[in-house]
Amino acid sequence: MSTEQGQRAIRCLVAKVGLDGHDRGAHVIARAFRDAGFEVIYSGLHKSPEEIVQAAVQEDVDVLGISILSGAHDTLVPKIIDGLEEYGALEDTLILVGGIVPEEDRDELYELGVAEIFGPGSSMEETIEFVRENAPRDR
Amino acid sequence: MSGDESLIDELLAGEHRALARVITKIENRSPGYRDLVSRLHEHTGRAQVVGITGSPGAGKSTLVDKMAATYRERGETVGVIAIDPSSPYTGGAVLGDRIRMASNVGDMDVFFRSMSARGSLGGLSTSTTDAVKALDAFGKDRIIVETVGAGQNEVDIVRMADTVAVLVPPGSGDDVQMLKAGILEIADVFVVNKADLDGADRTVKELREMVHMRDASPMAGHHGAGAGPSGIDDGDDEDERQPPIVETVAKTGEGVDELLSVLADHAEWLEATGERDARARRRYADEIRTLLRADSAALVEEELEARGGLEGYVDGVVAKETDPYSVADEILAPVAEAVRERRDRRQD
Repeated sequence: MSTEQGQRAIRCLVAKVGLDGHDRGAHVIARAFRDAGFEVIYSGLHKSPEEIVQAAVQEDVDVLGISILSGAHDTLVPKIIDGLEEYGALEDTLILVGGIVPEEDRDELYELGVAEIFGPGSSMEETIEFVRENAPRDR
Repeated sequence: MSGDESLIDELLAGEHRALARVITKIENRSPGYRDLVSRLHEHTGRAQVVGITGSPGAGKSTLVDKMAATYRERGETVGVIAIDPSSPYTGGAVLGDRIRMASNVGDMDVFFRSMSARGSLGGLSTSTTDAVKALDAFGKDRIIVETVGAGQNEVDIVRMADTVAVLVPPGSGDDVQMLKAGILEIADVFVVNKADLDGADRTVKELREMVHMRDASPMAGHHGAGAGPSGIDDGDDEDERQPPIVETVAKTGEGVDELLSVLADHAEWLEATGERDARARRRYADEIRTLLRADSAALVEEELEARGGLEGYVDGVVAKETDPYSVADEILAPVAEAVRERRDRRQD
């Protein structure tokens, strides 16, 4: 029956965390995700890690895309990940980081549980494809 | 199944993650979601549900944010469901209401959930109703459902609230004109938001006139001429209550206290007149009907598929060998037959 059939949509939170006010990239991603058929929740600017965690848990997103251009990823991302873990939401959330992350910082983020890092020059198709392939399915 | 069982237990125990997950299952219509919602039912009925609708840009999200913050100051917990349209082409959506929830950040006792209108007719009002049940069973004192007031879909959604507030931004009066189309009738309260803007007084005046006109209109049937002033005292006709008009400035929070007390008055009125129970009954009846319609449509769809889809029938209609009515009769005949046979057997 169609009411049992399911109408799944990939839900994404596009998050701007910390002090950097550059949200052009986040906007572009949000729109591209929408056009790819995803449901996108945009956090707005200058959010604290707690706010991002609250939004990710309540909205039960499949994908959390964190945009950081300030270089504060090494303090902000761990805080978000800890928060997700506290609510039991870490395991089935695909965490992406977008922005400028120096090569030497990347391994640490991957170890924390970040699935992929998209730096300048990443193509939109590549990002969308990655989400399609890796978004948690078993709900 | 056992996973779903424990999910409900976790929800009832107040785990946010479980609540979020249940709403996702409701939205996705995941296998087994019906059992989940069935189990929720006995735990519902405590929350007061307010529906908020109005034209885009009327300030709904900002007002909801301030309302939630004010409820929290009073020690009450709040659930919010904000509905945004999705693209009919890609199904994608940007759900932007959350950005306005600035007063409640980091407060997990305000549970805010964005939902998109995922196509299917009647589907959204069912999902919304079910999501409200989840918040209610979770133990939220207040639940606010927010949606753009654009058409029948939205009207159906807010109708499942105990109290419906319609937001009107001050303007040329066109907005008030627009309200006539179906939205006027569902308002229990009118809110003129952005009341600090020019034209707010006029909008209030126009609304007041319109509300009076509604009550005096011969078209309004039981709202006959000579309808008395609004209030609990003339409660012999439950529909005679005139919707109050409240002015707010959501951005600063001005008027929000008054709005909440008007909403509380309405809740009291619902209780005192028995209207709350009457509305609940109507809602349940609507809900059952909607489910029946969706389920029978699904059954027909299943039969259609078993017959190899519609294309063959369309060919026949194009070739004038048959016509749409005959096709519909033919496909439905075995279903109708089975139903009638059973009914006859029961009556014997």
